[in-house]
Amino acid sequence: MSDFILETRGLTKDFKGFTAVSDVNLKVRRGHIHALIGPNGAGKTTVFNLVTKFLPPTAGTIWFKGEDITREAPAVTARRGFVRSFQISATFPHLTVLENVRIGLQRKLGTEFHFWKSEKSLNKLNDEAMALLEAVDLTSFAETVTAEMPYGRKRALEIATTLALEPDMMLLDEPTQGMGHEDIARVVELIRKVSANRTILMVEHNLSVVANLCDRITVLTRGSVLAEGTYEEVSKNPKVLEAYVGSDNMNDAHH
Amino acid sequence: MNSSETFLESKLPLLFAALFVLGLIAPFAVYPTFLMKILCYGLFACAFNLLLGFAGLLSFGHAAFLGTAGYVCGLMVRDVGVTPEVGILAGTVSAGLLGWLFGWLAIKRTGIYFAMITLALAQMVFFLAIQIKETGGEDGLQGVPRGHLFGLLDLSDNIAMYYLVFAIFCVGFFIIYRTIHSPFGQILKAIRENEPRAISLGYDVNKFKLIAFIISAALAGMAGATKTLVFQLASLSDVHWHASGEVVLMTLLGGLGTILGPLVGAATIVALQTQLADSVGSWVTVIMGAIFVLCVLSFRRGMVGELQALIKRSGVN
Repeated sequence: MSDFILETRGLTKDFKGFTAVSDVNLKVRRGHIHALIGPNGAGKTTVFNLVTKFLPPTAGTIWFKGEDITREAPAVTARRGFVRSFQISATFPHLTVLENVRIGLQRKLGTEFHFWKSEKSLNKLNDEAMALLEAVDLTSFAETVTAEMPYGRKRALEIATTLALEPDMMLLDEPTQGMGHEDIARVVELIRKVSANRTILMVEHNLSVVANLCDRITVLTRGSVLAEGTYEEVSKNPKVLEAYVGSDNMNDAHH
Repeated sequence: MNSSETFLESKLPLLFAALFVLGLIAPFAVYPTFLMKILCYGLFACAFNLLLGFAGLLSFGHAAFLGTAGYVCGLMVRDVGVTPEVGILAGTVSAGLLGWLFGWLAIKRTGIYFAMITLALAQMVFFLAIQIKETGGEDGLQGVPRGHLFGLLDLSDNIAMYYLVFAIFCVGFFIIYRTIHSPFGQILKAIRENEPRAISLGYDVNKFKLIAFIISAALAGMAGATKTLVFQLASLSDVHWHASGEVVLMTLLGGLGTILGPLVGAATIVALQTQLADSVGSWVTVIMGAIFVLCVLSFRRGMVGELQALIKRSGVN
């Protein structure tokens, strides 16, 4: 088996003449926390949408665990154990926190199409759901309607729901965006904890988070890979420094 | 499921029991035909609500299922000579199949496009209903006999017919209730709340939407087939887009996404229409329009929805 769990070859996405992603060859090593950074508009989220099949690529191929998944439906890719999050916290706001996690667990019961069965049949998942909530420190919120929870907690819930699928690889789109210091510290710890035995690819603006969390970093600008390496290598790369200084997003990079 | 909602849910069996008893004694106090009309439209609206309120899909062509099932049931009973229960079953199944076709075509799109495709398809059904001679064009399908249930019970008796309609309503209502509160319903709600997230958790959301669409169409058909027997007529107005609009009005007025709202909405609209038809004539349409605007502007949760919110607030304080 290859050392790389996810690979893209010549990945390209055109939006009516505007090339958002251009010939990106990304290799994510199994077990790594891999960061995708770059100024706003560099194409990070588009790469996310492409590899998780939410957008079809214009050219190039995507390989997950050595298999070509370029033409696959997004739900099928998710079932392979390759699960993404979203930039805006991806929860089901009017369900309770416990129910949110159960949605992630439910598929393995194989009853998701059973409209004639009582929902009480889902209660057997409650212990497992509570264990997941405990892992992200949300047990006290189990019965809360998700919409009423603070933002930082929603991101934790999102991670718990993703973990319910026991994914081999998780994609996190700006997991610390819009958070205060305390919440950031909590989420960083959480990511470190859940990264055991799995691979994580994350888009992140906060460079201090990237510096102390990620094994490898890919820098994107204008849809292309500018540099790749460890934080030390990348942060000393003159091209990278120039890209950050040259953009309006210097602040983004450091706050 | 915070505490006040649990409180409401714990009272629900009691409420259902009370309504069931009310349904049993109602024909002795109120004109049965009027009640049957309410139950038929109530089931129609509940079926519609399953789709809009719990799957977030706005179908603007539900009249096609109501009307088609009415025609199929009418033709089967009048011309083929089957017993009423077989006629209703045939109507329900045909609406379900039509729902499969509509759903399969419409679910490829979302939002306004979804609504427009369902409307266009329903208009095609309306056009067919006018053109084909079997459906009787503008006159509709007249002189449908109520017949004998299972070949035994004479349904020309209004009270007997009422209890059949009531039983059918209860069955349909139970199917909807169960669907909403099932593992399937749980995923349906997840899709309504956040579709991309449901996909990213590995659910083929279109399959869920299609199944919900078929169940909703079949139950709307069950209401239409039953209605044909009640009035001994399958009318062209049941496939008209007015009927598709009316069911939206009933559902919103009663309370979108509440279990009893559509029934309350249907009862209100049917009662108003019956009361006003004699006194104001075609002004009914204007009054309905005004009610709709008032509802959307000032109590958007609908009658049952507002009531629930009120109980919830008082429960919290």
